Amino acid sequence: MQSFTQLTATAVPLRAENVDTDQIIPARFLTAVTKDGMGEGCFAAWRFGADGALDPDFVLNKECHEGAEILIAGRNFGSGSSREHAVWALTDYGFRTVISPGFADIFHNNSLKNGLLIVTLPEETVQMLLDLVEEQPDTRITVDLEAQRVSLPDGQQVSFPIDPYRKLCLLQGVDDLGYLLSKSADIAAFEAAMQPA
Amino acid sequence: MNNGLPRTLFEKVWDAHVVVQDAGAPAVLYVDTHLVHEVTSPQAFATLRERGLPVRRPDRTFATMDHAIPTRNVDITLWPSDAATQVRTLRENCEDFGVTLFDIDGPVQGIVHVVGPEMGITQPGTTIVCGDSHTSTHGAFGALAFGIGTSEVGHVLATQCLLQDRPKTFAINVDGELGRGVSAKDVILAIIAQNGAAGGRGHVFEYRGSAIRKMSMANRMTICNMSIEGGARAGMIAPDETTFDYLRGRPYAPQGEEWDRAVAYWRTLRSDDGARFDRELTLDANALQPMVTYGTNPGQGMAITGRVPTVDDLDDPAERRSLLGALEYMGLRQGQPMAGLPVDIVFIGSCTNSRVEDLREAAAIVRGKHVADDVWAIVVPGSKAVKAQAEAEGLDRIFSEAGFEWRGAGCSMCLAMNDDKAGAGKYVASTSNRNFQGRQGPGARSLLMSPIMAAAAAVNGRVVDVREML
Ligand code: SF4
Repeated sequence: MQSFTQLTATAVPLRAENVDTDQIIPARFLTAVTKDGMGEGCFAAWRFGADGALDPDFVLNKECHEGAEILIAGRNFGSGSSREHAVWALTDYGFRTVISPGFADIFHNNSLKNGLLIVTLPEETVQMLLDLVEEQPDTRITVDLEAQRVSLPDGQQVSFPIDPYRKLCLLQGVDDLGYLLSKSADIAAFEAAMQPA
Repeated sequence: MNNGLPRTLFEKVWDAHVVVQDAGAPAVLYVDTHLVHEVTSPQAFATLRERGLPVRRPDRTFATMDHAIPTRNVDITLWPSDAATQVRTLRENCEDFGVTLFDIDGPVQGIVHVVGPEMGITQPGTTIVCGDSHTSTHGAFGALAFGIGTSEVGHVLATQCLLQDRPKTFAINVDGELGRGVSAKDVILAIIAQNGAAGGRGHVFEYRGSAIRKMSMANRMTICNMSIEGGARAGMIAPDETTFDYLRGRPYAPQGEEWDRAVAYWRTLRSDDGARFDRELTLDANALQPMVTYGTNPGQGMAITGRVPTVDDLDDPAERRSLLGALEYMGLRQGQPMAGLPVDIVFIGSCTNSRVEDLREAAAIVRGKHVADDVWAIVVPGSKAVKAQAEAEGLDRIFSEAGFEWRGAGCSMCLAMNDDKAGAGKYVASTSNRNFQGRQGPGARSLLMSPIMAAAAAVNGRVVDVREML
């Protein structure tokens, strides 16, 4: 897993609530047996018109947001399906951080296992960031995981919460599998003590 | 952990599965049963191969095929190549790692959340996971069952464990008697409409109360299935005689003395008197009506007798924006009634409502009638066993004579991964669980409802209050 320490980048303002994983990547892109190239399907229904051409009005397609690595969205981001493809799509598309007032549970778990930092900020702060980035698309936002802080060019700062264990994993770029494998003896002891099902 | 204090059902199952918990780290939670399907598993098996790891407990891992497969044609050579590749990959992985596979060639295949219970794999007090959010279905048996991502599928394959933060508890009390024409689907749609699509975040629901106790296992599964639509990780119902009667004699259920021992344990799986929940919500079953959704998240639902809300009904600017966006996508107006809206397609199926009980109820509505002109209606049984049972009862003939297509088992138009897709702008009366934009096909407009409401929509060609037909 890619580690995450600090990022300074521009952002895309996605003014929508309840962005579900079917929007982040529609089911027709789930037929792959690898993780490669998922970015192609990222927000496909919104990025492309019915004729398959890029919709110039959709915020991700606007030239001023090209190269953005931060996505800012409304509450309850990532609801719905457990498909980790949604996280793979976002990271493959180029996002490294998503900022929202709240994330759905499974999406939350999936993102942290792929080095995608999700930042939960109060509703008013997110609205302020959306306004700011809409007005000044070239605003460079700094997300500092170690300090748990989001900073704006004008010096404004706001801190965000993150579980200490998850923070450590992200900073070091390690996922849960190594940790779980290190518990093999405990797991074996647990199995030995189990009632026959 | 068991310090003698009263505990909830969730706490009992959770406590019994914590292998170890280091200070400052999530719990290592043991997984009794791991269900696998073709779409979210290939990358997880690939991780095992890369790292040279075996599946730790192939005896506790069960796979089937449901999401990508066509429901019309079983000749794999005629399938789109990517769906066929996923199926072949799953076969190969199950063979190489020793995992039991309920293949499309065999008699058991179906939607993973329909197959688990009917095989008796789903049992009270167990932990069950699957790379699919509707794993919450299995909570109807008093299991702690939840969906996981593909990375976690890999963790469970390799270690039979997951690192999990302990969720909070949320009691949902449904007391009273459901009226005629009001289904389990209406109960869960009403709960989500009231509590919001994110209202359960971080929590595990426990459905309680006299209305729940009276329900069949099929109905309990419908309720638990949509816990995820209410934002919860899982939903649970304490096991009782209904649960034991359902499980007795199923292929993977305990037999003989083991059965007696198991039932004795299962009887302890209820929230103790005085157990505390972090949150609670109470619903009066007597007041519930048939429901239909008007929006693009499952919380945007209403009674069939009502009207679509207006922005004046909502205080919160984000909710207002969300309503306006949804209505624009849905082609609906603020304040309009849903009754009378013409439908183009009717889909009866999905892990929410594709069990034989659902099909029986829907068939009773369409018997002797015909699907309205210009409506395309399909029935997709949840599993091969459901299909066989329905055919033995003649339900397939009732549907076919009424003009429905009678299909093979799978997810089908619930997520439109195969060729069962609704066209752009089409209204779909659907018994599935998600009305997200494009869920049932790019541009498709989903109206979630119960099987009898969908059946009524099919024969009338528009959304109607099914009670007018009873
Ligand atoms: S029927 Fe629908 S919701 Fe259920 S598992 Fe299949 S795709 Fe998911």
